[in-house]
Amino acid sequence: MSLQATPSQTVGPYFRIGLQWLHCDNLAPDGVVGERVVVQGRVLDGDGVPVPDAVLEIWQANSYGKYAHPEDQQDKPFDPGFRGYGRVPVNRNGGFRFATIKPGPVPGPEGREQAPHLVISIFMRGLLKRLVTRMYFPGDARNASDPILNLVEPQRRATLVTSPSADGSGLLEWNVVLQGVNETVFFDIGL
Amino acid sequence: MNPITPYRWPAPGTQPEHLHSPYLSSIKRSPTRPLVRVPHTLSEITGPCFEPQLVSSAAHDLTRQHKGEPLGERIIVGGRVLDENSHPLASTVVEIWQANAAGRYLHEVDQHKAPLDPNFTGCGQAITDSEGRYRFVTIRPGEYPWRNHYNAWRPAHIHFSLFGPAFATRLVTQMYFPGDPLIPFDPIFNSTANENSRSRLISIFDWESTLPEHALGYRFDIVLRGREATPMEEPKK
Repeated sequence: MSLQATPSQTVGPYFRIGLQWLHCDNLAPDGVVGERVVVQGRVLDGDGVPVPDAVLEIWQANSYGKYAHPEDQQDKPFDPGFRGYGRVPVNRNGGFRFATIKPGPVPGPEGREQAPHLVISIFMRGLLKRLVTRMYFPGDARNASDPILNLVEPQRRATLVTSPSADGSGLLEWNVVLQGVNETVFFDIGL
Repeated sequence: MNPITPYRWPAPGTQPEHLHSPYLSSIKRSPTRPLVRVPHTLSEITGPCFEPQLVSSAAHDLTRQHKGEPLGERIIVGGRVLDENSHPLASTVVEIWQANAAGRYLHEVDQHKAPLDPNFTGCGQAITDSEGRYRFVTIRPGEYPWRNHYNAWRPAHIHFSLFGPAFATRLVTQMYFPGDPLIPFDPIFNSTANENSRSRLISIFDWESTLPEHALGYRFDIVLRGREATPMEEPKK
């Protein structure tokens, strides 16, 4: 312990200039193993107005439940084409869409398994530091015992689980609601 | 599995809160419910890794992306990326973006009546070396007005984005210039309560990186979160 961390500052409205070189809305190129999913949704502010200047960053394990990172020492296969990283800006209507694979389960606290999930950072003008949330998959029996979902009051857990699109297209829908009755659950990871 | 060594939680006041009402845009975009505190799991202590080849060796020089040189005062901005335990963070991606010398961004939302510069895009990337060092060549960005309050002006700043080793260490911040008279009035700069912490956002004029007859140098060291417990092995020199 000696240095104090640099404070976070907002990305502001013009982040696309600096961040678009690493945009990635298809996390799973051809050849990556796993069940393909397409997630779409919108980011809405405290008045329910779509946020046109936000960017989501996604981090996830591969379909075997292994992260492409040296600290993941699990004896599970790598998937060489899969980095597990996505960066998806919203459009003018606050909408976003990305394609990926459903990750496998990863270990959690005290040896308990975590249900398949994506961890997500959200940046935008007006946010002095990022928001962190998670996205889980509908109908996965493992959600009920997920150690992180179980830290959330039951009536709010639905904000963290995608829903199959009503139009039968197979899309998964998941909105980020910044404030209000259906406010998305955001996590304190010490930012 | 090895036990998880979490990253350290910040001391109160050393990072901004989400809601900082003098910064008006935070009012409708900050969560109103308390955040749910979660322990760090494998999902938070890992994070995206990028191969060094991803960043071209020319990407650090924002003055050579077009036919001609951009207008404005050429500067060198560099420093080290460290963690709170003073360990250098090698091979981490650093992304920057900024306004041109007239205070205008190359972005359709920016309608400030100041000229665009055909020779300046305003973005760059670098990857830190084994000692955590990075270096950019750019021009000093201009101050510009914004609509937060009457006669509001942003101090000159450069946006920085860093990944660090984990999802938990991801940081987006802004670098300011020493002596800028607008800094004390800026609600974004002032959003961090602790004065020592926010002073980290101001770069230092640096003779060592100043190039004679070419460019002034500014040093901006960036400190990302460190681990709760210092790892046993010595950092690589």
